[in-house]
Parts: sequence; structure tokens; C-alpha cells
Amino acid sequence: MDLIYLVVFTICLGIAVVIGEFDPVRIWNGLPRLHEFIVKILPVLRWESLAADLAEWFLPFRLWFKLLIETVLIAFLATVFGVLGAFLLSFPASRNLMPNRGILFFCRRLLEIARTVPELVYALIFVFCFGIGPMAGVLAIAVHTMGALGKLYSEVNENIDMKAPEGLRAAGANWVQMVRFAVVPQVLPNHVSYTLLRFEINVRSSSIIGFVGAGGLGQEIRTAISFQYYTDISALFLIILVTVASIDLICERIRHRFIGREGL
Amino acid sequence: MLEISALGKNFGSVAAVADVSLKIPEGQMVGIIGRSGAGKSTLLRLLNRLLEPSGGGIHFSGTDVTKLKGRDLLAWRADCAMIFQQFNLVNRLDVLTNVLIGRINSRGTLSSLVKRFTEEERTLAITALDRLDLADQALQRADTLSGGQQQRVAIARAMLQQPKIILADEPIASLDPRNATRVMEALRRINRDSGITVVCNLHTLDTARSYCHRIVGMKAGRVVFDGAAEQLTQTVVRKIYGAAGEDDSISETVTSTALPNLPLDGMQPGRPGTQPDTNGRQVALSA
Repeated sequence: MDLIYLVVFTICLGIAVVIGEFDPVRIWNGLPRLHEFIVKILPVLRWESLAADLAEWFLPFRLWFKLLIETVLIAFLATVFGVLGAFLLSFPASRNLMPNRGILFFCRRLLEIARTVPELVYALIFVFCFGIGPMAGVLAIAVHTMGALGKLYSEVNENIDMKAPEGLRAAGANWVQMVRFAVVPQVLPNHVSYTLLRFEINVRSSSIIGFVGAGGLGQEIRTAISFQYYTDISALFLIILVTVASIDLICERIRHRFIGREGL
Repeated sequence: MLEISALGKNFGSVAAVADVSLKIPEGQMVGIIGRSGAGKSTLLRLLNRLLEPSGGGIHFSGTDVTKLKGRDLLAWRADCAMIFQQFNLVNRLDVLTNVLIGRINSRGTLSSLVKRFTEEERTLAITALDRLDLADQALQRADTLSGGQQQRVAIARAMLQQPKIILADEPIASLDPRNATRVMEALRRINRDSGITVVCNLHTLDTARSYCHRIVGMKAGRVVFDGAAEQLTQTVVRKIYGAAGEDDSISETVTSTALPNLPLDGMQPGRPGTQPDTNGRQVALSA
């Protein structure tokens, strides 16, 4: 039995390598070019004129800073909207909570559609509909967030202890009241944790979404790559790295503080 | 008057409750006994419609309970307060909110979403808690309380429903003898003082004998005994628990909730074979 699995796995791996044109020789031959690229994007920094060199490296800093703020705000707004939809849909999309199979099916498919289409594709569609700009980016990331978080939330909901919901039902609570009093207090810490994680992911996504004209730093990265402004690329990468890392740290702090809280 | 007629519930091909007919007059305290799996819990959940019956009828003062829908169904559930073996409180909420949940049926959805309750309801909740010696714990999280305290919180929640019937599903099965006695005393007091009908699943014969006016024995989903405690002879007990031929196999003291060597109201003193209190001291019981 195990042997059959091993054979099947090996065959699949083989097919994937062939179709994916995975070629170690090409990787080996390409390595010097990677080095060349890294050298190209690094700025010239001299100790004697460090300040001037840095200023030259980050010459369009005011524009970039504005776009950076825009990037973070797109992520923030998209997370807020996405969370709203995900939270409300996650309860009717939980098997243990929704006795009506029709509503359950509908909500689960809705979340599936929202998360299976990549953000970049949503962004393209929304740019086409609503024009170039951050709003298309917000909508694109919000829809995807709703789908991804809704799934995670509903999985949290499905793992709760059902004693409290039974107690609420026996007291004559309706469905909304049952969810509010017996389910939400149990799941909220986990929902918050997933939400903060999602915010980090959304900051990364919103820095790319500008590639298709949906706002944020992405448009600058695209310009830098297509016009071969090599040092701009490294500067922009650095900005995104610092931003994402600091948001990571802050979210981590909030998350730990929140998990300890009670009585929601 | 609660009238149950030919009530049945099937889970797949298994009949958990079959052809149960009972008439329970108002103010009675009824104990239901039987082995686990006899259908006791299912019967209680059919009464407040947490489960849908497969057949038969439930009537309460002229209302056909099995036909209730929507708002009326929720109101009926509020009228039959339920007490569970595992308390079924919301662990992460404080005791007071847990008690206020008893008022949830009379609150609108919107006002309950923000946990808004009136001053009167809060007073009611505190009074109920105070009567059960729990006023000091009102703002503690429910899961910081002991099992016995949690079950009394559940009773306070039931009281706030201002019910017509209390359904108790093994209310003392996960409690130590001392807390079990307190909980049973509280149920008896509610039954006597407010005249609320109590239907209580029990797994201990002596508790059923000493607290209930009437005992119903169930076996394999059917009622096999219905009568007063005195009529519950060894022969009947053997019939309910299905241990024919093994004379001493049903010992009431094995599952006894009575405190040893301590005469209780309506209870016999500890019988031979009971174990001494682990602390070796007499425990004062609050009635």
C-alpha cells in the first residue's frame, strides 16, 4: 500500500518537474546573473559623501512616502471591509451552527468564489469597472480577504464547544442571540488573531496591486522595473521590508495582549 | 397540566423514545430513572422541542406544543427552563450575564446584541443569585466557579426565565454529594415555593425517592414504571435496570448522593457500605 503511494508520488513529481521546466543546469547557469542583478540594484554609497548618496538613492522619497501611506491605508480599509463580510458570513457558513442546508451551501460557495480568484485578477476587473486608483485595490483585497478569512473563521466556529449554544437555545434564544452570546465569546480571540495575521498579508498584497493600476507603491515598482531604474528597486524593496516587518511586530504584540483578554 | 401522548423519537432505525404517555399535573416533582441510553435525556429534549418528535403529541394547558413555530416555539422553550448535567453556561462571560441570558427570550434581537438589559432584570438576576448564595461571584467569569456553583448559576438562569416547567437533565451527575444535595434542595424549594413543575432525570434511586412525588422508570425508550416512591420495590427496580437474577446487583448506595451518617430531610441516615466524608467532618447543609 505504502509502495503504491510512493510510486504515485514519484510519478506526479516527475510530471511536475517536466511541465514546470525545472532545470538545475539552468539555475546553475543563471546564478551569476542573479549576482549581477543584485550588484546592479545596489546603490553607490561612499563614506565621505554618505548623506548625499543616501539622498540620491531615496530621491523621490516624498512621493514614495505618500504612496507608502496609501499602501498601508489600502490594506487597512480592505481588512476592515473584508473582516466585516467574513465575520457575518462565517456563522451561517459553519456546519454546526446553520441547520438550514441551503443557506449553509450558499454562504460556503460565496466565500469560496471570493477566495479562489487571486487579488490581482480582482484588481484588474475593478480597475476596468471603477477606473485606476486605490479604490479598486481596496475592493480587490477586501473581497479576497472576505473569502480567505471567512473560511478560517468558520473553521474556528466549527470547533467550539456546543454546550453553551444548547443552553442558549433551551432558554428560548433565537439564532442571532445564540450566536452572539454562546458562539462569539468563544471564537473572538481566535478571530482577532487571524485578522491581524491577515492585515500583514494585506500590506504585502497592497504593495503589489499597483502593478495593475490599483494604487499604492506597486506602480512605482513597476515603473522602476520597466524603465530599469535599478537602484530605485532596491530602495522600494527596503521600504516595503521595513514597513511589513514593523507591522508584523506591532500585530504580534497586539495579538498576544488580546488573547489574554476576557469577557467579550 | 402537561400531557404527553404516545410520544416517540427515532434516530435512524433506533427508537430512542417509544410510545411514552404521561400526564403531569402542575406543581408535581417527577423523577425519571433508568439506565443510560434508556431515553431519559431524549424525552426531556422532546418536551422543550430541542428535538423534533417523530410521532405523538405534547399538550400544555390546551396548547399543542408539537405544532409551535417561530416566536411561539422560542417562547415555549423559555417556558420550560432546562438544567443540564454539564451546566451549559457560557464560560467566557461573567456569572451575571449568564443569569441574564434567562431573560433573552423577552429581549429584542438588537438590544440583546449589545448585552443591554433593564435595571429590573439586573435586580432580578442579583436576587436570584443571592438566593443561591452566589451574589459575591456575580462579576466573576463562569468558568472560574466550581461545578456546584456553576450548576446553581444555571438554576438562577432558569429562574429568570420565569418558567412554567423546569426540565433537569441529570443535574447532579457531575457533582460531589454535598453540592448535589444543595442543587436538589434548590430544585425542591423552587418546586414547593413557586409551584413550578419539575421533571428531573436522575441516575440515583435514593435521590429520586427522597425528592420526587412521583417516579417514572424508563427502559429502552418506554415507560415501564410510573408511581410513588413507595411503590418502587426491588422487583420494579430490577425490571427498570434489567438485572434479573442478580439479587444484590442494584445497590442504592453505590451511586448514592446522600451524605453519610447525616440524616437529611426526607432521607434515611447513611446505610452500611457508605464511605466516610473524605474530610472526616460533618458538613452543615443549607436548606
